[in-house]
Amino acid sequence: MIMIKTENLSHIYSAHTPFEKVAIGNINLEIEQGAFVGVIGHTGSGKSTLIQHFNGLLKPTSGKILIDGKDIWENKQQIRQVRFDVGLVFQYPEYQLFEETVYQDIAFGPTNMGLSKEEIHNRVIEAMEFVGLKEKYAKKSPFDLSGGQKRRVAIAGVIAMRPKVLILDEPTAGLDPKGRDQILGQIKEYHKQTKSTVLLVSHSMEDIAKYTQKVLVMNHASVFAYDTVEQIFTKSQEITKMGLSVPQVTKVFYQLHQRGFALENDVYTVKYAANEILKLWNQRGE
Amino acid sequence: MLKDITIGQYFPGKSFLHRMDPRMKIILTTAFIVLLFIVGNWMGFVISIGFLITAIAVSQIPFLLVLKGVKPIIPLVIFTSVLNIFFVDGQVLLSIGFLRITLEGVLLALKMTIRIICLIMGTSLLTYTTSPIALTDAIERLLKPLNKIRFPVHEMAMMMTIALRFIPTLIEETDKIMSAQKARGADLESGNLLQRAKALVPILIPLFVSAFRRAEELALAMECRCYHGGEGRTRMRQLSMSRLDFYGAAITALCFIAVIVANLLL
Repeated sequence: MIMIKTENLSHIYSAHTPFEKVAIGNINLEIEQGAFVGVIGHTGSGKSTLIQHFNGLLKPTSGKILIDGKDIWENKQQIRQVRFDVGLVFQYPEYQLFEETVYQDIAFGPTNMGLSKEEIHNRVIEAMEFVGLKEKYAKKSPFDLSGGQKRRVAIAGVIAMRPKVLILDEPTAGLDPKGRDQILGQIKEYHKQTKSTVLLVSHSMEDIAKYTQKVLVMNHASVFAYDTVEQIFTKSQEITKMGLSVPQVTKVFYQLHQRGFALENDVYTVKYAANEILKLWNQRGE
Repeated sequence: MLKDITIGQYFPGKSFLHRMDPRMKIILTTAFIVLLFIVGNWMGFVISIGFLITAIAVSQIPFLLVLKGVKPIIPLVIFTSVLNIFFVDGQVLLSIGFLRITLEGVLLALKMTIRIICLIMGTSLLTYTTSPIALTDAIERLLKPLNKIRFPVHEMAMMMTIALRFIPTLIEETDKIMSAQKARGADLESGNLLQRAKALVPILIPLFVSAFRRAEELALAMECRCYHGGEGRTRMRQLSMSRLDFYGAAITALCFIAVIVANLLL
């Protein structure tokens, strides 16, 4: 089943003025229900513009976006419903916190949905669990928390809406390596448990290789490739040319492949690499 | 939406007006405002409007753009005109019930309207041709004598510079926070006045928090570079008067004399 579909989607900033700029041009994309997709591209490649179209924050200059088979701009009054279906966590989301307590802030989205008190409570507790916030934080002020904790609260605020699609724009920017691994691990666990569609925008190829199943590579306002992680990393040379980096282990294996070793050239995790080397080792041993 | 605000916008250029010393521009703009209010007859208005149009032409700023600056004050102009039309005694032109419109009232309203429009156009010409930094520099220099009565001139100028510097930053930030709250279903477009005011809370609180954070960071960064106020501080860009400024002053002075002469003779 296709969850997100775009048809000739384009967005032009400041159209019909001298400052006209094509942010995304003619994008045709189909993202399956339940996929965990990494979105990558250099700064200004149109990633942020694209994801803001998925929940109707930006209106396309031309083209269509279909969420779960429905054109989101068909009925303008329904656009708020789209925002509940497609949850978007912005970059540095901790700057949007405003309530007196963590609990109230996470409840902001569900309250806007008009749910019952009980339902809101269940969702807040569930969302806090997903992001690893202990219950004792519920009564605290979000402004008293550390940067990493604040970010968890903000992510929980979107998860609590139980969106069909969860989009995260660089959720780990500015966090230390431990915090980064924890948050990404929790997002993966969330994806596994809820079986919802998750889009993860990241600059780190290592993270994308480690956590996602499919990769969407954006380049110069259009889609360069949308494919499985394995397929994407066979194109490691082109990706490097775009100014993006590939995981170190991919670089090493690409070089080995070039030098005539009978190794796969789509290696992207250390675990996979170890298996490949063992395979070759055993072959030689025979 | 928020990016359409044009208050104090500067349009870079190399015209006569752009190259004039900002101090002189402030003085001459003030003189122009005074001129508008000592004008006593129609000849005087013709002279001052001619002066303004010449200045706009010289500045190479599109005329429409200068006119656009008048738009926000149209309600004020209408309000003052209406008051003048109805509340001035004199030769009655028309009377509806207890309301009377007098010839003197209409003329006064017309004069007031011309004065206000010229005033706004003249002052917006100043901000269009002078960068905010140059403007605050000039204000600081012009107000320097107030230091003697312990008025913190430098601090005021620094505050203005910082405020101007952060307008675009805060606009961008507001846009971002609005998007983030909309993504959580915040409804900013519908509801009655009270509901709309309430809907602003999720935007204003994060905005204030971030403004305070930025202020603290900026203060720290300034202290790290040994900022300690205006005392003994030298400037990279020295303001200096040139021939251009004397030409400008001379032309304005001629207009002044012309208006006074017109006032006395006509």
